[in-house]
Amino acid sequence: MSGETHIRTPLAKVRGRGSAKSGTEHFWHQRLTALANIPLTIVAVVIMITLLGRNQAAVAQILGSPTITIIMLLFIGSTTVHMRIGMAVVIEDYVHDETAKFALLIANTFFTVVVGLAAAYGILKLSFGL
Amino acid sequence: MNAMAETKARVARPLSPHLQIYRLTLTMMMSIVHRITGIGLYFGMLLLAWWFISAAGPNGYARFEWFIGSWIGRLILFGYTWALIHHMLGGIRHLIWDSGRGLGPSEREWLVAANLIGSIIITILLWIIGLLAMGGSV
Repeated sequence: MSGETHIRTPLAKVRGRGSAKSGTEHFWHQRLTALANIPLTIVAVVIMITLLGRNQAAVAQILGSPTITIIMLLFIGSTTVHMRIGMAVVIEDYVHDETAKFALLIANTFFTVVVGLAAAYGILKLSFGL
Repeated sequence: MNAMAETKARVARPLSPHLQIYRLTLTMMMSIVHRITGIGLYFGMLLLAWWFISAAGPNGYARFEWFIGSWIGRLILFGYTWALIHHMLGGIRHLIWDSGRGLGPSEREWLVAANLIGSIIITILLWIIGLLAMGGSV
């Protein structure tokens, strides 16, 4: 640039320096959870339909069975991760005031952790019959 | 000195046109709907958590059933079903686009229309199946 002789090619200079290979983490996780959510949502909807009109004891027994519990825990986990990234994108796109943006991003993390934990607790309680 | 003054002065550069300058297209509408349904599902997760927690005892479950059986509960559940199916089909559409396929003018219009029509048909079918499972009592 300043007239010095550079033997190294631009590619050699850049290699291993630019991306720390973590910049696309949110992008990738959003698609990974989206993919996982497709079969999990279909199965969850089928389970919910079979539970319609049943009494509490039957619902508790079916939801608490090992297979259903594991499917629902996977559904809750994948969905809440997907929810958190999705809402963060919406906040970053539309909220431009720095203070409000950070407050909402924090609230987003708190909400998804609490609602995910509450749902997981609910299903585990049925499963372990506490 | 001259250069410094220049950087400080606010240059009236042309701004890229925002949404309202463009003719509203179906793909744009569906992009917005994908976000809105996502936001709806986000808060709808509270309902799922309530359902699971309430299933532990008869009293709590009776309260949940009373709410979900009320007209407002049914309306929320119907909207939730449509939002879930629409967002899922929209997600599949986005995954197809991510692979670099279906981005042509006619293809993307077709995908978006299939998304909308498919979500309405599947939602209605799910509710028919659901109501049949409940023995036809609305």
